[in-house]
Amino acid sequence: MNNVFAVSGIVIKELYRRKDFYVLFILTIVICLVMASVNIYNDNQIIRYLKELCLLLIWVSSLVIAITTTARQIPAEREQRTLLPLLAKPLSRTQLIFGKFLGCWLACGLMLICFYVFFGALAASREHAWPLLNYFQAAFLHWMTLGVVIAFTLLGSLVFAAPSSNSTICFVIVAAILCVGRYLDVVALSRPEPVRSIIWAVYYAIPHLEIPFEMRNLIVHDWPLVDWKFIALDALYLLAYTAAFLVAACLVFRRKAVN
Amino acid sequence: MNVILRTERLQVEFKSREFRQSPKVALRGLDLEVNAGEVFGFLGPNGAGKTTTINVLLGFVQPTGGSASLFGIDVRQPIARQRIGYLPELTYYYKFLTAEELLRFYSRIFSLPRAEAERRIDAVLKLVELESARKRLIKTYSKGMQQRVGLAQALINNPDLLILDEPTSGLDPLGRMKVREIIHRLKNEGKTVFFSSHELGEVETDCDRVAIISEGELKAVGRVSDIMGRRASLEKAFLEIVGYQPQSAP
Repeated sequence: MNNVFAVSGIVIKELYRRKDFYVLFILTIVICLVMASVNIYNDNQIIRYLKELCLLLIWVSSLVIAITTTARQIPAEREQRTLLPLLAKPLSRTQLIFGKFLGCWLACGLMLICFYVFFGALAASREHAWPLLNYFQAAFLHWMTLGVVIAFTLLGSLVFAAPSSNSTICFVIVAAILCVGRYLDVVALSRPEPVRSIIWAVYYAIPHLEIPFEMRNLIVHDWPLVDWKFIALDALYLLAYTAAFLVAACLVFRRKAVN
Repeated sequence: MNVILRTERLQVEFKSREFRQSPKVALRGLDLEVNAGEVFGFLGPNGAGKTTTINVLLGFVQPTGGSASLFGIDVRQPIARQRIGYLPELTYYYKFLTAEELLRFYSRIFSLPRAEAERRIDAVLKLVELESARKRLIKTYSKGMQQRVGLAQALINNPDLLILDEPTSGLDPLGRMKVREIIHRLKNEGKTVFFSSHELGEVETDCDRVAIISEGELKAVGRVSDIMGRRASLEKAFLEIVGYQPQSAP
């Protein structure tokens, strides 16, 4: 585990020394503060729209950071040739993959804390309330979702040579899952065989990330807390997908020539 | 003599990506032995199989035949790399780290205790003359400094065997001299150095023994003086051994 933590430490250092996070964080703050400063239609419930917009920006920013940071990890090591001295040390390829994953995941967790603290402060400035447990449930499942996305992107970075193509493909797939993943079963019913079976297979194969995504409503509309049992089950479901993608990444990387 | 690096009938073939093309043979039954405490030069023209041999020794490439071992341990086991240091050709280290942070990271991979790691970091930075730049980001380093930080990372675990892949490639004369001085100091400390190079002049003066390979085959191995024989320089011996035919002037 020592090697895994050593590699993850470098990834975290990279994230906070690069400008990506700061740019997106400041952009989110600026957009939200500008929106908060105007009073449209004298609507007393305008804070809900503001919260919804802020959470959407947090989701988009977190996906951008998670995917772009992860997508460049292994290709950059190859391109800069730092992979060679690294693997010439007593570090296995599996440890490297797990270290990269852990680093990206922890870095995204730290980033989410910053975003959700800002969100909480923004909401509290209008509503004078801190529903901390609701925020925790939403942020926790958000972080677990990023785990799946990071593991998937890591696998993609071993399959696709260029980080840009990998990032684009991952974005499209994640966006498709978030937007239409939940409707695939309905679409399948209206199709003839064998298309129906194929769509069903896709529906059951993809990780359903929409539950954590819809947790936004919990804090936008001040809904009551979700039963902790369901939160734990969803977290386990997401962890299972994360593990599957990581195992696949390790298997691909083991067969890959380093030089 | 204590043999610490050994290859026996080492064979490496790369499958061709072209349809119906026969595989490319990179190494053909390479037999090498490097003894403890010697500086061993590994020579050959481009594409001869030098880097492939090093890649096998480091576990990056699986041999298709034969075997390779370091300190008597099969190179496929990560533990075989515990006592080696490796400097690849033209590497650009993490730009967002300082030399000190980079060395701390590598020392963690070797599981060095913190106090021991700090002592080693101070020692290797002094050896490669980067003490004054230790807190500067690597992205601000010149090419020569980058190569020296590479040498420092190769030495962080106080290795018994150093594998250097063209350590002076792309450096100016001053940079080359500094790297050669470091190799000399390591030799005096009793370290074993295995390095590939195209700089035959420095191989002639620095190495105890050399091996010459061409087209994946070992052509000659022995002391520099034995290989040179009655020839005026190692360069002439090298060209003759690899079968270079000078073209007659028009």
